Amino acid sequence: MSGHSTYEPKNGFSRWLDARLPVGRLVWDSFVDYPTPRNLNYWWTFGGILSLCLAVQLITGIVLAMHYTPSAATAFNSVEHIMRDVNYGWLLRYMHANGASMFFIAVYIHMLRGVYYGSYKSPREVLWILGCVIYLLMMATAFMGYVLPWGQMSFHGAVVITNLLGAFPVVGDAITTLLWGGFAVDEPTLKRFFSLHYLLPFMIAGVVILHVWALHVVGQNNPTGVEPKSKADTLPFTPYATVKDGFAMSLFVILFATFVFYLPDALGHADNYIPANPLVTPSHIVPEWYFLPFYAILRAIPDKLMGVLAMFGAIACIFALPWLDTSKVKSMRYRPQARLYFFIFLVACVILGFCGAKLPDDQVIPGLETFQLLDSKLNSWVWLSRVATLYYFAYFLLVMPLLGLFEKPLPTPETISSPVLGGDKKD
Amino acid sequence: MLRKVTLLAAALLLVGGPALANSGVEKPMAVDFSFEGPFGRFDQAQLQRGYKVYREVCAACHSMSMVAFRNLGDPGGPFFDPKYSAATGQTSNDNPVVKALAADTQVPDIDGETGDAITRPATPADYFPSPFPNVIAAKAGNGGIAPPDLSLMAKAREGGPEYIASLLQGFGPPAHGVTLAPGQHYNRYFPGGVIGMAPPLAPDKVTFDDGSKSTVKQQAEDVAAFLMWAAEPHMEARKQMGFSVMIFLILFSGLLYASYRRVWRGESH
Repeated sequence: MSGHSTYEPKNGFSRWLDARLPVGRLVWDSFVDYPTPRNLNYWWTFGGILSLCLAVQLITGIVLAMHYTPSAATAFNSVEHIMRDVNYGWLLRYMHANGASMFFIAVYIHMLRGVYYGSYKSPREVLWILGCVIYLLMMATAFMGYVLPWGQMSFHGAVVITNLLGAFPVVGDAITTLLWGGFAVDEPTLKRFFSLHYLLPFMIAGVVILHVWALHVVGQNNPTGVEPKSKADTLPFTPYATVKDGFAMSLFVILFATFVFYLPDALGHADNYIPANPLVTPSHIVPEWYFLPFYAILRAIPDKLMGVLAMFGAIACIFALPWLDTSKVKSMRYRPQARLYFFIFLVACVILGFCGAKLPDDQVIPGLETFQLLDSKLNSWVWLSRVATLYYFAYFLLVMPLLGLFEKPLPTPETISSPVLGGDKKD
Repeated sequence: MLRKVTLLAAALLLVGGPALANSGVEKPMAVDFSFEGPFGRFDQAQLQRGYKVYREVCAACHSMSMVAFRNLGDPGGPFFDPKYSAATGQTSNDNPVVKALAADTQVPDIDGETGDAITRPATPADYFPSPFPNVIAAKAGNGGIAPPDLSLMAKAREGGPEYIASLLQGFGPPAHGVTLAPGQHYNRYFPGGVIGMAPPLAPDKVTFDDGSKSTVKQQAEDVAAFLMWAAEPHMEARKQMGFSVMIFLILFSGLLYASYRRVWRGESH
């Protein structure tokens, strides 16, 4: 979309259409002739993989909705009807359920790639924020989708998460009542969650169009973080990027298929095969794996409202990233110190994920007796999650702003195609 | 590197996530089921024995409301017969073994003429009848807790069929410090150790038609396998399709990689 269009209509019809609605030109300029930096590595294939994930979720979801009934009395059985009696229903449902996890694996890699290579920095701030909006919509969609089978974990997960919003002063109760459609998670909640679960993916698709549009205005970042300066720095999207994306997609689908066909329930929870029963609370309510780090942050804070604010703050930090990072150098390839803090950040996120899945007061190191510190023993998941939460926020609010001011980055190459000596090492 | 870390994290969460804290309770015994692994299939003879255990023992208290008699004759099921499959233009409803098994069981119905409540022999289209007319009756007959439906039991508990096989063999004298109220039993695999269900199995309680020795272990493992089939009746179709899909994807990825190398040949990057 940026620069001069090289599209040439090949026949009478395409010339006629091009003068009236230049969709052919749009596709040509966006996905064929579009210049991509020649040094993109495999971390850059996840954008394409994510569009595949969205397509899979939409298609399987639309067919599943033909067989599912959003009613507290029949939802659970209708899912089992899909699993047992609908032709290839088991395939659709396992693709949809595991597809959500695949979607999040891909989006986390895509986001972390953006952080590592500084893809959020000027002029890509709007591109980054649109991506964050997509991520936020994905979380809402995934949460509501998990409620639809109306199993024990669906129901009690919905109770826990919707109750969080009640922590907000003044408006909290009104919000939860509106969300529930009553005074508890029940029939109206399920119905509105189903409706929204069907709506939000199309909103995601809309924001994806904006995301791709913004991308094609500013162009892709690349592993050096140096903007392309001449034609020698870029290659046309087709065939170079399409074939590389295609190969990466195919490998990703192998991972996807491994879960769908051989480990279909590995990422789920056994309790969700028990029909929802408001009178019996599962011994341990855990969200899906992709929410666990945020769940750990929530539980790390003893105060409910502060916990909720910390959880939303953790997401807000990602939005604010373009203005938190003060470094002029985009890629961490030339920022050895930033790289170190980044990998500690990764470890902190994984630790938070573990903490979110455990009972807060259980021991991290079994058998090690430690002293009581405030509300729990030091050797407990809740204290580990506090340490990791502290690092999570310190990374965004201290490391990001200060490191850019004090670090000494390595020299960056002049152009992509002529990298400085020793600067273009693979990582 | 990035991707490896993320995948490792996902894999670790997968292992660590569901590990619930049920201290003092033993982990399920390892059972070598035929349906484990990417090429695992149900052992049809074992499913048939398991059905007999379910029908003669479990069904006295537990419903299995999501399974119909016709399912018994579906591909991958205990009484599947290729003579009565899509290949011959017939269905499991035509399978005489399934018809006979259904007819052995009485199901409630409404008389089409008079509207009176009646019972009649089941047909393959009927779902397994429940032992109690309603939940209140099920609770009243079982010390206040309704016996859970078994349709999905093998997927609804951590440990799945191995947990079920272990639980059925796990009854014994209570561990030190555990006191049992009347109607309670001790089971070393049940979370908390105290279970309402009395030991359901006993040697020779079920006579197997194939001559297998009717030990508690045999009965427990057979019924656990049957419950796995009941919870996941399309498991064989899933694994078979997965194999074809994997072969295709690996070849397709190879082809794409070759194309990638060819397209990028001579381009520095």
